[in-house]
Amino acid sequence: MTEFAEKLCRITGIGQSRVGRPSPKAPIELTLDAALAAIADAGLKPEDIDGIANYPMKSTEGGGISPVGVGEAMFALGIDCTWLGSGTHEGPGHMSAIFGAVMAVASGICRHVLVFRTVAQAQARLVSRESTLLTGHQARVDGNNAWTVPFGAVSPANMWALYAEAYFARYGYGPEQLGWIAVNGRRNAARNPNAIYTKPITIADYLASRMISTPLRLYDCDTHIDGATALVISHRDTAKDQPNPPIHIEAIGMGLGGLGQGIHTGDFTTLPGAEKAGAMLWSRTDFTPADVDNAQIYDGFSIHTVLWGEAIRLWGKGEALGFIDGGERIALTGELPINTGGGQLSGGRFHGYGHTFEACTQLWGRGGERQVKGARLSAVCNGGYGYGALLLRRD
Amino acid sequence: MTVPRKLPLLEAETAFFWTSGEDAKLRIRHCRACGHWQHPPLARCPKCHGADLAPEPVSGRGRVTSFTVNHQAWTSDEVQAFVFAVIELAEQKELYLFSNVLAAPEAMHIGMEVAVRFERHEDVWLPLFVPVEAAHD
Repeated sequence: MTEFAEKLCRITGIGQSRVGRPSPKAPIELTLDAALAAIADAGLKPEDIDGIANYPMKSTEGGGISPVGVGEAMFALGIDCTWLGSGTHEGPGHMSAIFGAVMAVASGICRHVLVFRTVAQAQARLVSRESTLLTGHQARVDGNNAWTVPFGAVSPANMWALYAEAYFARYGYGPEQLGWIAVNGRRNAARNPNAIYTKPITIADYLASRMISTPLRLYDCDTHIDGATALVISHRDTAKDQPNPPIHIEAIGMGLGGLGQGIHTGDFTTLPGAEKAGAMLWSRTDFTPADVDNAQIYDGFSIHTVLWGEAIRLWGKGEALGFIDGGERIALTGELPINTGGGQLSGGRFHGYGHTFEACTQLWGRGGERQVKGARLSAVCNGGYGYGALLLRRD
Repeated sequence: MTVPRKLPLLEAETAFFWTSGEDAKLRIRHCRACGHWQHPPLARCPKCHGADLAPEPVSGRGRVTSFTVNHQAWTSDEVQAFVFAVIELAEQKELYLFSNVLAAPEAMHIGMEVAVRFERHEDVWLPLFVPVEAAHD
């Protein structure tokens, strides 16, 4: 098999700040908490880091969506890097920073790249409850959001509700099945000391929860937090001398959806961009979906998990909710445990990076009460406009 | 139903769309070389790469591909439930517009036939949709 870039790379350390809603710490402090933990976990010193990437580029818009840039992180760490890079909204989504780091390491530009993701959306909402909406700060809405906001669709919940409704109608499922994603997330979050919501919920609680935008209810939506996640991606030649058993990046997959440009294809029951990511992922490995023993599947909204899981072929088309129904097969002791740290629905919106953090946690056997027995191969996917997927493996 | 509205900025490429309702016609960017309808507007035809594109009137008819009834008061404004929908225009497969359907939430269904009806706000004619059986009331 061709030597793909990701086969030259290993994940050697991870770190995460305390979650807060809100956090008493400034975003740069959260970033440093995560970064220094990840660097130490990798057995490195800050000066060993020669590249930094984050997602997305620092922005003062978007209500705390990305309050810390790669440059200020570098200076705060007191180091001097060879390469800095930010993923953007126009790339393959949240994982574009991870993919950039892989390319930097595989091409010989860097040996150890620190990748981080910092969010401060809970702090932003203290200033303005509307800060995280799609309406923007101008008197009128422009760009891609102009196609939806004038019709009252000020939240991504409205858009993803269209996908949930179309999926339900096509395959004959409903909230009684979808709700198990939220129940499962909460059940796992109760065993994650850094999750934001840990009080158990039942399917009855889910069905009684407030309607947001039909058919999506409160518990179908993830929650704003303040926090940071970091990981270190190292070249395989150095990873073997670092303390953790290296996590192989067995395969990467990426795809662009039209959503970011306001262009939709398909019939709203699939994510065409995620389908591309899934096809790419499985084209770069000899493993198959049946080999995956835990999956960390994006859940900005519960319906993402359904569509993404089908896109990376963990389930056939229209089969996800049949598998998820009842919550047993996706539980920690089930056939395919998913979102074992609570996901974003109950763990908090670490915005994709919580999923990669959790996959590494599982592969390193650090899950404590939520540990999946014998976890060796984890599928991770992120994104709702650009799409990225990882297959992570431990020997 | 009351929809909280923030109006679109009229930009060079999009102003035709937002003002099209002035004569009660919906217009979509159309490629004169290959006949492809294209929305939101792009600088070239994505099918044939032609540059001879112009807004042309369409029937204003379509069907609901999916919909949602919004209940959440996202802003401080009080919100009555309203229908946000994706509509596939009759002219072409997957030629989608987002809009509101002015119908009772309980009457909504995927596949509903709808027709455009404009609502003026300042210099914008918002293309909204009504069920076809009610289009001429």
